[in-house]
Amino acid sequence: MAHLELNQQTIIECRRLAAQIVEKVKPTIDANTTVSIERAVLRLIGVEGAMMKAGQKHPAVNFIVDQLRADHVLAKGALHWFVNGMLQTESSPAGLARKVCGGELRLSALPASPAAEIRKLSHELARKAVEAIVLRREERNELCRKLKDPFDLTFQGKPLLYVIVATGNIFEDVIQARAAAEAGAEAIAVIRSTAQSLLDYVPEGATTEGFGGTYATQENFRIMRAALDEEGKKLGRYVRLTNYCSGLCMSEIAAMAGLERLDFLLNDAMYGILFRDINMKRTLIDQHFSRLIISRAGIVIHTGEDNYLTTADAIENGHQVLASQFINERFALEAHMKEEQMGLGHAAEMNPWHPDVLLLEIARAQMTRDIFPKSPIKFMPPTRHKVGDIFFSHLMDATFNLVGVLTNQGIQLLGMPTEAMHTPLLQDRWMSIKNANYIFGAARGLGKEITYKRDGVIASHGKKVLDDTLQLLRKIHTDGLFKAIEDKAFANVSRTLTGGKGLDGVIQKDKEYLNPFFELL
Amino acid sequence: MTKADYSHLVKKADLKKLKPYGDIMDDGVVQVSFTLPVPVSPEAREAAVQLAHKMGFDEAKVAAMEHAADGFSFFVIYGKLKHAIDFTKIKAVKIESEVMGREAIDNLIREELGRKVVVLGACTGYDAHTVGIDAIINMKGFAGDYGLERYEWLDARNLGAQILNEELLKKAVELKADALLVSKVVTQHDIHIKDMKDLIEKADKLGLRDKLILICGGPRVTHQLALECGFDAGFGVGTKPSAVASYLVQELVKRQNKKK
Repeated sequence: MAHLELNQQTIIECRRLAAQIVEKVKPTIDANTTVSIERAVLRLIGVEGAMMKAGQKHPAVNFIVDQLRADHVLAKGALHWFVNGMLQTESSPAGLARKVCGGELRLSALPASPAAEIRKLSHELARKAVEAIVLRREERNELCRKLKDPFDLTFQGKPLLYVIVATGNIFEDVIQARAAAEAGAEAIAVIRSTAQSLLDYVPEGATTEGFGGTYATQENFRIMRAALDEEGKKLGRYVRLTNYCSGLCMSEIAAMAGLERLDFLLNDAMYGILFRDINMKRTLIDQHFSRLIISRAGIVIHTGEDNYLTTADAIENGHQVLASQFINERFALEAHMKEEQMGLGHAAEMNPWHPDVLLLEIARAQMTRDIFPKSPIKFMPPTRHKVGDIFFSHLMDATFNLVGVLTNQGIQLLGMPTEAMHTPLLQDRWMSIKNANYIFGAARGLGKEITYKRDGVIASHGKKVLDDTLQLLRKIHTDGLFKAIEDKAFANVSRTLTGGKGLDGVIQKDKEYLNPFFELL
Repeated sequence: MTKADYSHLVKKADLKKLKPYGDIMDDGVVQVSFTLPVPVSPEAREAAVQLAHKMGFDEAKVAAMEHAADGFSFFVIYGKLKHAIDFTKIKAVKIESEVMGREAIDNLIREELGRKVVVLGACTGYDAHTVGIDAIINMKGFAGDYGLERYEWLDARNLGAQILNEELLKKAVELKADALLVSKVVTQHDIHIKDMKDLIEKADKLGLRDKLILICGGPRVTHQLALECGFDAGFGVGTKPSAVASYLVQELVKRQNKKK
């Protein structure tokens, strides 16, 4: 396989800096919890469902956690109060949730059971929840063994074919997803409704209305999982399911995804801060707990560095992507994730008319591959320079596919000819899959046939990006991550420590804070 | 040696009866592709041909019929369009301003207005796609054309994504804005149109409509759509910052001169 000769000392130094950058924000992560983490805990032990409030479905977990917060007792952990309630009323999780939501009792007002009993039952419930997640993971492994598994973690063949569906209606999504799988898609992502990441609750039930996508709900997860399992059996290969674990409900989505056997989650340590203006503390605390769940669920994350290239120039900002990948990798390791679970993201977003642009794209893709040899790199398609000339867009996607297969990217999100026009039609997706199938088949051996010229354009660009990355990481290391983000270290976006959405959902943990998942995951 | 003139051997475009051009004038060649929710079959092919005839095609030829998925067939069809258009009668809605360079625009503001022009930009509603507004406002600009932030006589601010209409109008009052640039990318269920009309209604209620130049932009936005929604102008894909700046400054000058 062709490789770039990158300076290994520089790479080691980048990783060392990333580790220290993350180390410095760990005290903030460890000292606090969030409403989303507390709701995730309740979901994990089996609290489901919603109640009607002001004509809208209001999830039970939100009601319970909001009440505890209003009573100023959430710092001890929702589980502490909830399990005490279970002991006091001899209820199941679902039964107690009904009573609390029905207004029959208030958790903070109940008599206190002995602390040891609360701790014991909490541990038992958490252990069962972790077992349930592990069971789903084993189920995935079993299905992959029985059926053909196209996900190649040796990176010798071709990238995994990944497409999106986004009709807004989960039942229509199922039709589109099955059609895509039949045409050759190996992973399906259900795009979320625009701005779901800013909702501080997860909607309930099957949904048929969305904007630019379909709401992520546990029931929608189940519906799509069942459909893809059925389609996978028919096709004789496992079809992976993807959703979005970002925004204010990161932890909850991770819990639901673990329970419903999703395979991939878009999950980035800093995306919410930069692109959704979610508070820094909130995001970093949430991402850690979400990744603890993801790690145990055997889910592969996809990080969002592609976004840096759509908002800032793709040729000039390669180092921001790489610096962020190092930081994302470190945060993932802190949550016990394996490198095989890190689909570090980037994209082919350079100006197609720039001289030697193909060489520069190859340089970045190969460099990413070589720096993270065990990680299934997630390669995202051109979007920024697509304007509606579908024929040219299709050609750009062909070039993108060639770079992907040449450099052995792990997961290829296929571009669409109608990017910048509408969410993909069935025929758009079909065309894109045919494009990828052709090029992946035609060029899968190319990387084994070539070597890169030592001082050529490709090698030089790779070296430059890596060197620039080291400089950027040094600066972030000196300033600290919070200050660096304030000073636009990534994507030319500035965010402050106390700015953004969701800071009011961060709660400093009491010294008696109870959450056994931190030990068990 | 004089060049022989063969132009009489090639038919010229008949602007009274304008038709698509394939490789011979007035051949009317058109390509269309679509998917039918039925499996590939001779019946499906015939259905596609008949649909093409209903679209006004003569000699519809199925170039491709492919199995796109279980129960879906994909068609590429070529045909000769029967219809023609009288091009001499066409009236297009377009922005009438002259596109100027950055320095010329700065000079125009200095000389005619003598004060900085305040411009606010935002992706409104739930729209989180800032590529367009960033290209127009941010310093760097787009395709070698500097963004509005770079203009000496413009005070341009990019408020970013997911700005509610109320919030945008509040800022407009607070900062005494001359113009608002609204970027709309997400168009599912026509959400962009609803959001755009909502902004105009709210501006009306606050008595701001005539005090502001309201401009929108986005891949699916046209000048005509903008006018229909009550905006002053709309810019589509590929618009450079200087085109937007030219329009808004010329419009401001025009409005000022009217007042005089």
